[in-house]
Amino acid sequence: MQFNFICCLISRVLHNRIIMADKLRAQQQLEQLQTRYVGVGHADTTKHEWVSNVHRDSLASYIGHPAMLEHFSVAFNEPRERVRMQFVDKMIQPCGPPKEKEEI
Amino acid sequence: MAPSRIKEESPEPDLKPRARKRRWDVVEPVAIPGKTEEDLESKLEAKIESVEPAPKKKSRWDEVEATPRKSRWDQAPSLEATPIGSAALGMQTPLHPSASAGGILPMATGGGFLPDEELDRLLPSEGYIILEPPAGYIPIVTPARKLMQTPAQTGSGGGYMMFDENTAVSAGMAKQIPTNIPGVGELQYFKQEDMKYFGKLADGSQESELGIDELKQRKILRLLLKVKNGTPPMRKTALRQLTDNARQFGATALFDLILPLLMERTLEDQERHLLVKVIDRILYKLDDMVRPFTHKILVVVEPMLIDEDYYARVEGREIIANLAKAAGLAHMIATMRPDIDHVDEYVRNTTSRAFAVVASALGVPALLPFLKAVCSSKKSWQARHTGVKIIQQIAVLMGCAVLPHLKGLVDCIAPCLTDEQAKVRTVTSLALGALAEAAAPYGIESFDSVLEPLWLGIRRHRGKGLAAFLKCIGFIIPLMDPEYANYYTKEVMVILIREFNSPDEEMKKIVLRVVQQCASTEGVTAQYLREEVLPSFFKSFWVRRMALDRRNYRQVVDTTVELAQKVGVAEIVERIVDVLKDESEAYRKMGVETIEKVVAALGATDISERLEERLIDGILFAFQEQTIEDNILLNGFGTVVNALGLRTKPYLSQIVSTILWRLNNKSATVRQQSADLITRIAVVMNNCGEDVLMGKLGVVLYEYLGEEYPEVLGSILGALRSIVTVVGISEMQPPIRDLLPRLTPILRNRHEKVQENTIDLVGRIADRGAEYVSAREWMRICFELLDMLKAHKKGIRRAANNTFGYIAKAIGPQDVLVTLLNNLRVQERQSRVCTAVAIGIVAETCAPFTVLPALMNEYRVPELNVQNGVLKSLSFLFEYIGEMAKDYVYAVAPLLEDALIDRDQVHRQTAATVVKHIALGCIGLGCEDTMVHMLNLLMPNIFETSPHVIDRIIDGIEAIRNCVGVGIVMNYTWAGLFHPARKVRQPYWRLYDSAYVQSADAMVPYYPQIDEDEYRRNELDVWV
Repeated sequence: MQFNFICCLISRVLHNRIIMADKLRAQQQLEQLQTRYVGVGHADTTKHEWVSNVHRDSLASYIGHPAMLEHFSVAFNEPRERVRMQFVDKMIQPCGPPKEKEEI
Repeated sequence: MAPSRIKEESPEPDLKPRARKRRWDVVEPVAIPGKTEEDLESKLEAKIESVEPAPKKKSRWDEVEATPRKSRWDQAPSLEATPIGSAALGMQTPLHPSASAGGILPMATGGGFLPDEELDRLLPSEGYIILEPPAGYIPIVTPARKLMQTPAQTGSGGGYMMFDENTAVSAGMAKQIPTNIPGVGELQYFKQEDMKYFGKLADGSQESELGIDELKQRKILRLLLKVKNGTPPMRKTALRQLTDNARQFGATALFDLILPLLMERTLEDQERHLLVKVIDRILYKLDDMVRPFTHKILVVVEPMLIDEDYYARVEGREIIANLAKAAGLAHMIATMRPDIDHVDEYVRNTTSRAFAVVASALGVPALLPFLKAVCSSKKSWQARHTGVKIIQQIAVLMGCAVLPHLKGLVDCIAPCLTDEQAKVRTVTSLALGALAEAAAPYGIESFDSVLEPLWLGIRRHRGKGLAAFLKCIGFIIPLMDPEYANYYTKEVMVILIREFNSPDEEMKKIVLRVVQQCASTEGVTAQYLREEVLPSFFKSFWVRRMALDRRNYRQVVDTTVELAQKVGVAEIVERIVDVLKDESEAYRKMGVETIEKVVAALGATDISERLEERLIDGILFAFQEQTIEDNILLNGFGTVVNALGLRTKPYLSQIVSTILWRLNNKSATVRQQSADLITRIAVVMNNCGEDVLMGKLGVVLYEYLGEEYPEVLGSILGALRSIVTVVGISEMQPPIRDLLPRLTPILRNRHEKVQENTIDLVGRIADRGAEYVSAREWMRICFELLDMLKAHKKGIRRAANNTFGYIAKAIGPQDVLVTLLNNLRVQERQSRVCTAVAIGIVAETCAPFTVLPALMNEYRVPELNVQNGVLKSLSFLFEYIGEMAKDYVYAVAPLLEDALIDRDQVHRQTAATVVKHIALGCIGLGCEDTMVHMLNLLMPNIFETSPHVIDRIIDGIEAIRNCVGVGIVMNYTWAGLFHPARKVRQPYWRLYDSAYVQSADAMVPYYPQIDEDEYRRNELDVWV
């Protein structure tokens, strides 16, 4: 019991430092993830950035699944290749240029 | 020396006149016990006024209690061990260190150590005059200085000065050295040596009275002290300040303080490392401002390049490399140029190494013109010698990175091969050797120009020069094409064979090395080696004398093994086999080791019947005759027997009787070795069909289980285990039902080797032949096994856990489970964790339904450890049973529900792990409903901050995402991504990110519809 109590005390003291270390580690992990996956976000990601990525991912997904592409080409009455090109082009700023000032 | 008289002289504690103030800025009053009060007063008058006399009487017993405040780094271990003057002074009570500590008196205060009347008696009255001190002379009495001076001792009056000075000094130091320096804060430690450099900080002078330079210096000192002795956070900020302000401080101020510190002899690795780090950083910042200090820095750092400690060398290199980058090549060359033909060999050596570092930092091509000039210097041979040495060091330092510049480097030093100075020639061939070694196996074309002088050289030179040339050739031959290598080997071999007889040890080593290198080249044929090399090689190197020196021994063995690769086993073993019966033990060992390596590499198929007989005979002889037991003979025996395989059969009875005889030996190591030998040859014995012999061995080993030396017992158990393994449980002699009860008490043995071997043996029996032993015996073993869960070695714990599984399978899980569940109540965490694992294993081997009810029932015990243990067991259980989990999901759901809403963090954390394993186990098996329920319970926990807890929670949610699909989990996530509070956004983004990484494509259909026009995914509105 005594031992547990002491452990508790020590852990309180260490707690802050651990959290600091942990924050640092989390930060590093996030950076690492972000270099690998562009779409990864964080608490400061703006809505515009996020939605742009959502659009890009969606477009990439349509292109990546032949059946989806087929579906769109039938619906737009365009050749598949052209739809593909359109989608690829659309990936540049899918939601327009970033806004000057934005809510979060 | 009458004790009684001495006793009169001994210092009375009552005489200690002053209570000491513990402030740094106050000069310490000096007490000299054993002198009169008047004496003391006069002494003190000479001191600075700031001394506050505060006389206080102390009893001797108080003194003892008043232990000085020390940092633990400063404690002198000898203090307690040798109380000062107890024996020498004949005191009843030993004088406590703290009593004598006050007695330190600096000589500078004058006359305190030797009074005038004594000096009069000591020195002749004629020929000496007594000088008056100069009028304005005031002794310097800052405490920092005082500490550096030779301390005077207590009890000096009678001249009985038998104290250990160090003890007294350190006792005083320990008291006076604080860990708290004004303006610095609490340090980790403060060493005596630090006083020399940092004492200034503690002299108590007012900052306002100091000049700007002095202030700057103090600032730097403070920062340095923080870096060197401070705690990690302090160090970090101080280092940062030093770096940021480096240019303001200026190179002069910084290096004037750092360099002397770095030269301190007592500097420890850690401190050195930190100072090197400081220099590294400030070099980077100061850039070309360091130029005036290049030479000073080099003088300090160069010796580090030849330090014994690897890390010191690396750090030295790092500084010089950074210095070179900061100061620039031209400046570095200008600075080091004078040292190149320095008279002192040591300076030239370190300079050459420093130059090599500069070359690797700034690139070899930049330095090459300079090197060329140095190597062809007409002025002095020392310059040429250093130039060549630089190139040798470049090769050593850069390894295969020299390849692009190989031609240039070789051409640079090629002319020096024919230098008139022998030393230059020698170092040139060594440098060429180093270049060839670094370049191997490429770059032979670069050496074309030096081949001829080399070959002329080995004909012309003798002695040391020849050795260097041979060494160089030894490295160049492996680079050549096979046919050239063959040709050159034949050329050089003549000389090598001639040098086989050289009495010079160094030459012998080089010759052996070169033979080894030549033999391993492709072009050299076996026939050539057999006819030309082997006879003289064996004649000159396989002699007793070679076995005596450790390094020769190694070289001979390695070379012989290399030769064997070409000429075959039989040829070599044939020649060595007689060595095994030699009278010199070291020589026999050399033979055994060589045979072991050769046979291990090439097998024993080449060995003829006659040779095989001699081999076994020899090795048995060597084994029996050894007086120093080590692994060489054991390994050799094992390897040879295993290589011969079935062919060992005729000799087995002889071998076994030797083993049996030696098992009975008085010496523990002999017994251990013979038991180990059984382990090695058990497989071969079985292959030879020697079942009877194995049985006999088994019985004998069984009888030796009473062995008291744990090392030996471990080996015996190991031998038994190997026999059980090859013979099989049912055939085992003695029968298992006799063997196992003998093992039960041995399980209690705490020795690691014994534990490991017993648990292995018991586990094997439990696995294969549990039916031979009664259930009651197995239960007994279960109890013993619980203790094993505390073992330090992971292997033992793992084996114990597996054994639980086997036993449970054999006698049914109920009893074992009860034992294990009770063990969940123990205090020790490791034991509980292992028990939890064991429960998991039992559940896996005996189907979960036999275990779960009891386990879940145990959760009702209102005790933290037990409940957590149950959860932990569940987590292991579900991890092990995998897909079987789907049948138990509904059964454990209420329990998990309870655990996930417990106030205790650990409950939730462990429950989250259970959820994770269940979820991963039943992906696609239709348990989504429960999983969503669990998700609802887990979700609120994402705001936990404790790293372990949050990691587990996130793990749990991720596992559920895999089970129920990303869409459902994402529905929980959207709400938090753009929440106004950062504290909320953060964990939600973490969830989003992990989902995104794992299944970005699957998320596409589930992204929410956003109403703003530019954000809508219009294409999704399309219908066909």
